[in-house]
Amino acid sequence: MLELKNITYKVGHKTILDDINLKFEYGDIVAITGHNGSGKSTLVKLIMGIINQTSGDIYLNGQCINKLNITNRAKMGIGFTFQQPVKFKGLTVANLLETAVGGELAIKCGCDYLSKVGLCAKDYLARELDSNLSGGELKRIELAINLAENKKINIFDEPEAGIDIWSFGGLTDIFKELKSRNGITIIVTHQQKILDIADKIVVLNSSKLEKFGPAKEILPTLHSFTCKKLEVEND
Amino acid sequence: MTNIDKELLSQIADLHSTPEGAYSFRKNGESQINSTAEIEIVQKTDKKGIDIYVKPNVKGKSLHIPVIVTKGGLTDVVYNDFHIGDGAEVTIVAGCGLHNTTQEDSAHNGIHSFHLGKNSVVNYIEKHLALGEGSGGKILNPVTQITMKTNSTFTMETTQLGGVTSSDRVTKAKLAKNAKLVIKEKILTTNTQTANTKFYVDLVGEDSSVEVVSRSVAKDKSYQNFYSKVKGKNRCFGHVSCDGILVDNARIDSTPQIVCENVEATLVHEAAIGKIAGEQLTKLMTMGLTEQEAEDLIIKGFLK
Repeated sequence: MLELKNITYKVGHKTILDDINLKFEYGDIVAITGHNGSGKSTLVKLIMGIINQTSGDIYLNGQCINKLNITNRAKMGIGFTFQQPVKFKGLTVANLLETAVGGELAIKCGCDYLSKVGLCAKDYLARELDSNLSGGELKRIELAINLAENKKINIFDEPEAGIDIWSFGGLTDIFKELKSRNGITIIVTHQQKILDIADKIVVLNSSKLEKFGPAKEILPTLHSFTCKKLEVEND
Repeated sequence: MTNIDKELLSQIADLHSTPEGAYSFRKNGESQINSTAEIEIVQKTDKKGIDIYVKPNVKGKSLHIPVIVTKGGLTDVVYNDFHIGDGAEVTIVAGCGLHNTTQEDSAHNGIHSFHLGKNSVVNYIEKHLALGEGSGGKILNPVTQITMKTNSTFTMETTQLGGVTSSDRVTKAKLAKNAKLVIKEKILTTNTQTANTKFYVDLVGEDSSVEVVSRSVAKDKSYQNFYSKVKGKNRCFGHVSCDGILVDNARIDSTPQIVCENVEATLVHEAAIGKIAGEQLTKLMTMGLTEQEAEDLIIKGFLK
């Protein structure tokens, strides 16, 4: 279980998150939604240790992880997929996949991870993660890396950003696969189709936790501004 | 051959035994050479160095010309001229390794002149490395001059792997019609090392082209200076890209200059220097690497 107790995060005198309490269970897909600026990305960055809370505690399987840095939280099984994939001049897709699996990458494994995001391994393993790849390609590769890491807790910060229509169905399939691994999948999102596959939904509003509960209870109460439908329905 | 010789040869030329084909192996100013039917190597008589003749239309052959200097107080100056026959296609593996355990400087100044015939193709791979705990300088000053005839192609991969206390490299090229020049340079400096690089490329012939890609990493208090001047004298294309990563208190100066002397010349330059991006480190740390491991991986990839 991942538990956030009385989490507050301030920058100067401005409160970004105010006394947040949440419990996430293994096997759950949890969608975090809310207005822009409500603190969604801040919340998941606190879990990963990218930033540190002003007060409050984060527990993973009963252990307080407040003092653990990003690396150590990653080693405890937390993974993070960024809204904007990071580019690396010189590092190839294979290099990042090898880092993800922690050793040499069998070509077949590379193929498996990339095919799950709709990419052909022979075309991409040797490609550098730089500006020669489109935003959509980088996003899919970021997702393949996440799959290869095989983490128990997977955080996605607006995974739909920059993703092309073709990959959207694949994206929700990835979340379902992570659920089947009995992991905790935490997704910051505005998208109805992702909210629809969530088990639980967190709604943040003006730094505060407005709602948290089973998706079937929260979804009907959501205002239209928090979620927008995909324009293309048949993906 | 000593273990140090073997290590140097392994790193600068990927050699673990005597290479097949033509070679010139130079150690502390003395050369062993081996010619083949296709590639003839002749010692110069007026100065130190060799003339290399690759016969016309030779295909798929390689030539190894590694140099090692393992004595302190030695400055080895050598003039090598490469005459590439029309239509020949050859890979040339050069490189220089220094090992200096003394307080005196050791240096190698390799002056290489390439004369490419029509339709010839040369892949030139050059690695520089210095080892040894001596306080004496480990100095490399390579000069490369390339004259390219119609439709010839020259690809140069030059890498300074580390340990070189001072380097001053100059590359000059003149391209005829349809000639294509590609230069990929990678340099790592640490401590108080300095590395100066200058490229002068004249695109004389119609539809000639040059691509210069320089990637450098400067750590500690080291200093690198990059200068390139590409002149377009005809309808031609030139692109110069210089990327640098700074670590600690290092410094990189970059001055890409382009000179268009013809309205049909298209010349582009770009340069970016800075520290490792924070999001790159963060991304790799979310994958379980420490900050140092992340930095090492980013630099390794950048200079690969």
